[in-house]
Amino acid sequence: MAVRRLEAAALDALFGALRRRGYTLVGPTLHDGAIVYDELDGADQLPIGWTEVQDAGHYRVVPRDDDARFGYTVGPYAWKRYLHPPALRLWRAERDAEGGFALLDEAHVVPRYAFVGVRPCDVAAIAIQDRVFMGGDHVDADYQARRAAAFIVAVNCTEPGGTCFCASMDTGPKARAGYDLLLTEIVEPSRNGQRAEPVYLLEVGSERGEELLSELGGRPARDDEVAEGERRLAEAAGKMGRTLDTQGLADALRRSLDNSRWDEPAARCLACGNCTLACPTCFCNTVEDTTDLTGAFAERTRRWDSCFTHDLSYIHGGPVRVSLKSRYRQWATHKLGTWMEQFGTSGCVGCGRCITWCPAAIDLTEEVTAIAASAQARATRRQARGAPSPESGKGVGDAAAAR
Amino acid sequence: MLQPPADRTYAPPPAVAGPDLDPMRTVPFRVAGLHVDNEDTFTLELTPPAGHELAPFKPGQFNMLYVFGVGEVPISISGDPDRPGVLVHTTREVGAVTQAMRGLRIGDAIGVRGPFGSSWPVEAAEGRDVVLIAGGIGLPPLRPALYHVLARRERYGRVMLLYGARTPEDMMFPDELAKWRAMFDLEVHVTVDRATGNWRGNVGVVTPMVKRAPIDPRRTVAMICGPEIMIRFACQELARRGVSPQDTYVSLERNMKCAVGLCGHCQVGGHLVCRDGPVFSYDQVERLLDQGEV
Repeated sequence: MAVRRLEAAALDALFGALRRRGYTLVGPTLHDGAIVYDELDGADQLPIGWTEVQDAGHYRVVPRDDDARFGYTVGPYAWKRYLHPPALRLWRAERDAEGGFALLDEAHVVPRYAFVGVRPCDVAAIAIQDRVFMGGDHVDADYQARRAAAFIVAVNCTEPGGTCFCASMDTGPKARAGYDLLLTEIVEPSRNGQRAEPVYLLEVGSERGEELLSELGGRPARDDEVAEGERRLAEAAGKMGRTLDTQGLADALRRSLDNSRWDEPAARCLACGNCTLACPTCFCNTVEDTTDLTGAFAERTRRWDSCFTHDLSYIHGGPVRVSLKSRYRQWATHKLGTWMEQFGTSGCVGCGRCITWCPAAIDLTEEVTAIAASAQARATRRQARGAPSPESGKGVGDAAAAR
Repeated sequence: MLQPPADRTYAPPPAVAGPDLDPMRTVPFRVAGLHVDNEDTFTLELTPPAGHELAPFKPGQFNMLYVFGVGEVPISISGDPDRPGVLVHTTREVGAVTQAMRGLRIGDAIGVRGPFGSSWPVEAAEGRDVVLIAGGIGLPPLRPALYHVLARRERYGRVMLLYGARTPEDMMFPDELAKWRAMFDLEVHVTVDRATGNWRGNVGVVTPMVKRAPIDPRRTVAMICGPEIMIRFACQELARRGVSPQDTYVSLERNMKCAVGLCGHCQVGGHLVCRDGPVFSYDQVERLLDQGEV
């Protein structure tokens, strides 16, 4: 499928075409000083002419000098809010007079969303949650229905943010798959006080996407226009605010459960759970069983949960992960290590949300890099002594037995 | 939900069929039997509603049991896998849900989802010696394995049960224990942490029993259930005696909300206990259990 070139007005046509097909449009919009996702009526509600400055524990929206529609990266929200909602009633049940109860047969209708402005990291995050919720023996039926209905308009990133490291995680700045339509926004510098209007390169990722093309206008992109888009994306890959060396990282984390370096983030961590809420792949959830005041009706609600709470690991007698250190370690080692064993993929896409939205400015890339370096140093020392590595399996158990 | 816009020119894709949100829907079983085992433990016998066939289970598997409006907890099945039609669960009163469960009466409904999880390797253990090691409330999850083995006794070598409880009064299934002790082809060794009344037996934790038990390490398949600390020490003792960690199986307990690998609560390192466990070979979890807080 050839790349097409669209004018900015084509976004209005895109919104209209999706709306006519019955989709509820969701996209980025400026709200309370942050760029969040919400239901949008039109392309004019995008954060036109805004960008943001992000760093560890720091987020500010600032105006741009052009009229870019997608001149920012990602904010505090993730698309999981629409595919795996923060609260969802799973069922209701009614008690009968004989001490029994029955689940009510209620129609479960899911919304049909069109997501406009999904960044490559988030396209990858959705694919990760697909594996979590649909890749195993048991499938989350609500997620599956929402996912099947969703239309994805992805937007490549030519201007990475201060906490971005998608290039390290191999998820961006260009989306490779998992979208219906893919845009690259090209905006030239504003001149003579005239605010520059963006143009778009459009690629098609599905039949559903292709079917919309005739309503979007535009023309086939010239080779030099396509090359310019590629050049900007290649350049963006070198402008990431953060980097992470993932070579051998999962293994280093696996060998580092007892590393004292975990004490450092643990000393700063507030266990607020912001990172897990902002993370586009964090999926932990709990269920809440309640009754109404009469006691005749009961219902079960699924809610987002966080591995930073004591409740998550609570069994009778107390939580398994009592110390904050163990909970931070759980989050980091799961995200970048054990996720692989559980779901065959890393749990991190390099979006940087956990870094930006941490009130204590804990930087995941910095922490795990330090852990990996420390593990490497330990392995080198051990090798120098000629001692067996813990990989031979028996080290820990024998030591414990010798006590 | 969605208001079709007036200028619709395309029919939207067909509405997504209403998912029934399986496997999170619970099935209301009935309490057919209720037995108080001792001060804080009890056994429920449950029968499925009309038209619902009871799924077969394997020894070591668990169900999610739901008390109307109170909550849902994972409980191991303690009954006989060869006895169809009735589901048996034994548990200790430790929280709001198990307390409410204790308050149920014959005929009351209780929600059941399952069975879930991995099982004791009773088939792989054929031709070998079987050593069951239980601590306290860890005996009920092992009982289905013992039933299975005793019903096919000729297929196994020596069969041994090592059981420890806090006090003689805390022993689970005392009548059955007496019956098992009287069997000539089953060795039963019991111990209590604290002797009370006219107790004449062993006093002490389970580990020394493991140290003394007449086992042939190369022929042994061990299955262990109890408090995690007891599991660790029993496993270490077995390893010291030469039983391979691959032949040593343990059942782990973790918080669970979904039991189908979707909620994240029961992670132990790279394992989801509901999906990959609750029964693990010791070599799968040794490093994690020794670390603690994983």
